[in-house]
Amino acid sequence: MSYFSIAWQWLTSDQQWHGGDGIPVRLAQHLQYTGIALGIAVIIALPAGLAMGHLRRGGFAVVTLANFGRALPTLGLLVLIFVLTSGSVASWLVPLAFLAIPPILVNTYEGVLGVDADLTDAARGMGMTEWQILRKVEIPVAMPLILLGLRISAIQVVATATIAAYIGLGGLGRYIIDGLARREYNVVAGGAAVIVLLALAIQGLFTLLRWLIVPVGLRRQTQVS
Amino acid sequence: MRNNSSRRAAAPAPKRITIRTAAAGVAALACLTTAAACSSSGSSGKSSSSSNPLAPSSTGSVVVGSANFPEDELLAQIYADALQGKGIKVTDQFNIGAREVYYPEVVKGAITIIPDYNGALLTTSVDTTSTAVSTAQVNAALTAKLPSSVEILNSAPAQDKDSITVTQATATKDHLTSISDLAPYAKDFVIGGPSEFQTRADGIVGLKKLYGLTFKSFSPLDESGPITLSALQNGKVQAADVFTTTPQIITDHFVSLADPKNLFAAQNVTPLVYKKGVNSTIVSTLNAVDAVLTTDALLQMDKALVIDHASYTSVASGFLSQEGLK
Amino acid sequence: MSWAWDNRALLAQDTGSHLYLALMPILFGIIVSIPVGVLCVRFRWTWPPILSLTSVFYAMPSLALYLVLIDYTGLTDWTVIIPLTLFSLSVLIPNVVAGLRSVPQPVRQAATAMGFGTLRQVVQVELPLAVPVIIAGLRVATVSSISLVSVGQLIGIGGLGYFFTDGEQRDFPTEIYVALVLIVILAFLADGLLVLLRRWLTPWERARDTRATRRALSATVRGSRAEGVS
Repeated sequence: MSYFSIAWQWLTSDQQWHGGDGIPVRLAQHLQYTGIALGIAVIIALPAGLAMGHLRRGGFAVVTLANFGRALPTLGLLVLIFVLTSGSVASWLVPLAFLAIPPILVNTYEGVLGVDADLTDAARGMGMTEWQILRKVEIPVAMPLILLGLRISAIQVVATATIAAYIGLGGLGRYIIDGLARREYNVVAGGAAVIVLLALAIQGLFTLLRWLIVPVGLRRQTQVS
Repeated sequence: MRNNSSRRAAAPAPKRITIRTAAAGVAALACLTTAAACSSSGSSGKSSSSSNPLAPSSTGSVVVGSANFPEDELLAQIYADALQGKGIKVTDQFNIGAREVYYPEVVKGAITIIPDYNGALLTTSVDTTSTAVSTAQVNAALTAKLPSSVEILNSAPAQDKDSITVTQATATKDHLTSISDLAPYAKDFVIGGPSEFQTRADGIVGLKKLYGLTFKSFSPLDESGPITLSALQNGKVQAADVFTTTPQIITDHFVSLADPKNLFAAQNVTPLVYKKGVNSTIVSTLNAVDAVLTTDALLQMDKALVIDHASYTSVASGFLSQEGLK
Repeated sequence: MSWAWDNRALLAQDTGSHLYLALMPILFGIIVSIPVGVLCVRFRWTWPPILSLTSVFYAMPSLALYLVLIDYTGLTDWTVIIPLTLFSLSVLIPNVVAGLRSVPQPVRQAATAMGFGTLRQVVQVELPLAVPVIIAGLRVATVSSISLVSVGQLIGIGGLGYFFTDGEQRDFPTEIYVALVLIVILAFLADGLLVLLRRWLTPWERARDTRATRRALSATVRGSRAEGVS
C-alpha cells in the first residue's frame, strides 16, 4: 500500500530529524507525557491492586473503577480540565493517568488474587508475615499478570497521548493533528508509523522484562499472549 | 471434589437453546444498533436528512458544511435555517476541519454550501500568489480562478480577518502598532495560531515573504479560541493569529497590529457553493442573508455564543427574525 | 443543569448518533472476530501473525486513520466506524482465542467421543463454553468504543464528542460535563446489558452459583464417591 512508502519517505527525510518539530523532540515529549502519567498510575494502582488482591477484598470496586476509567472519554476530560484550569499540567496528566490506572489495577488485583491458596497457606504455615507472603510468594507468582497490566496500560497511554496535541501540547500527536488540519498525508502517515513503532518497541521491552523477571516455570505455566 | 463439580458444570447445555440464545443475543445487539441508527441517521442530519449526503441534487436538497470554529458553525446554521425556511431540505455537516480538509470536499460536491471568507479562500486554496486586496479584487480573482465545479455567491459586508495580535503589555513595551514594527523582535518571539497557519501563504510563509519576519518558533494552538488566547495571556506565545471578530480582543484588551502590506486580504463572509447542487431559490436566499450581515452583527452574535454561551440555533434564528428573513 | 434541559433535543440527537457510531463497530467486530478466532485456534500457525496485526490495530490511534479514509469514505460515518472496528477487533480476537482455548480438553474429547463433527463441536460445544471470556472482551470493547467515538469530533463526526470541542472553543465547561456524564452512563448501561446477556447465555453457570446447588453438587459427589464412581 502506498501509505507505507509515503510514511517511509517522510521518516527517512533528513528534515524530520532536526528542529523543534523534529521526530526526536516530539518523541521525547511524547515519552515524557506517557512516562509521567504511567508513573503516577503505577504509584496509585500497583499498591492498591496488591493490597486488595492480598486481602481478597474490594473486587467489585476494582471492576467498577476499571470500567469507569475505560468509559471516561480522555478527550473530554482533557478539554474539561483545560477549560477549568486554563491549561495547567493537570489538563493532560489527569486524563492520561485515569486511562493508565484501570489495566494496572485490575491485572495486579487478579494476579495476586489468582495465586493458589495452597501456596499462601503453606507460606503462612512456615511462619511468614503477611508482608513477607506478599513480597516472596504473591508478587513473584502474580508477576506475569502484573507485567501484562503494565504493558496494556503503557500501550494505551502511548496511543492516547496523541490527543494532548489538541490543546496545543507537543508529542507525536502533533503530527497527526497538524497533518489532519493541513491534509498532509505524509505527515499523518509518518507520525502514525512512529507511534505504532513505539508501541511495538514497548511490547518488545515487556517481552524482554517478562523473560528476565518471571521464573521459567511460571512463564510456561501462564501462557500470556 | 472440585474436578467433579467442574466436569458436571462443564457439560454443555441442551444444544438448541444455546444456538438460539446466542443468535438472539447477536440479533438484540443488531436491533439496538439499528434503533440508534433510526433515531438519528448517523452524525449528520441534525436537521431533516437527505438520503445520501454524498450526492448533490438540484431538486433542492443540500449539504451545508462548516469549518471547525464557532463563528463558521453559526454562519452555517444561519444558512441552514434560512434555506429550511424556504422549504429546502438541509443536511448539516458541521466542524469538518480547516479549509485544507473541507475545500476538496466542496469541489467534489460532497458538501454543497459552506460559509467561507473570500480573501482567505483565495490565498489558501485557489491562488497562493495572489496580490488582490480589496473585496472587489478578491472576488474577481476568485471568480476567475476557482475550479469550474464551484463558485462564490455574493459577499456580505461583514469581515472576519486573521490578524497578528499581541497583549496590551507587549504592544506598549515594544511600541508595536503594525506588523512591520515586529522586525527587531520577531527572532525572540514565539508566534502561535492554528496548525494550518504554519504552511499557509497568508500565514508564516507570507510573514516571511512580505514582511521579512522570521520568528523564533511557531506554536500550533487552536482557531482563535481559549487555547490561543490563554497562550497569549500567560506568555507562552508573544504574538498570535487571532480572528478580528473574537470578542475577547475587546474584553481582554488585546492589540491587533495593523497590516500595511496587506498580508491579509479582504475576508468577507462569502458562501462557497457546488454549482450543480444549488438552484436559483438557494442562491437568492443565501444572497439575501449575506446582504444584511454586517461586521457589527457578526461581533454581537459571536459575543452571544462565546461569552454568553447562547445556543447556535437561538442566535441564528434571532438574527434571521430580526432581519425579517425567517 | 437547566442548560441540559434547554438543549435536550440536540443532546438526544447526538446521543443517538453516538450509540450508532459506537455499536456498529462492535457488531462488525463480533461478526469478524468469531470466525477469525476459531481459525486461529484450529490452525495454530495463523495466531502469531494475526496477534501482531491486532497489536498494531490496538496501538494505532484512530485519528491517524481518518485522513486516509476521507479519500475513500468521505465525511460519512464509515470514516469513524472503520477505525473503531479495527480497534474492537484488537480486543475481541484475543478474547475469542483465549475463550476457545479455555475449553477443557476432557470436554473436547468427550464431544469427539460422542460423535460431534469439527464444525458442530466448535459451534455447539466450544463457543458456548467460551462465552464468559468472549463477553468479558466484549464488555471492554464496548465500553472503550463508546468512549472513543468522541475523538471523531476532530473531523466533525463524534456524536456527543461535539460538546467537547464546542465547550473548549467557547470556554463552556457545562456542556463538557453533561456530555461526559452521558457517555459514562451509556457505557455503564451497555456494560450492564452485556453482563445480563452473559447470564442469559450461560444458564449452567447460574445453576452452579446458587448455594443450594453447590450443596447438592457436593452431596452428589460424596454419594457417587461412595458408590465407587469418581
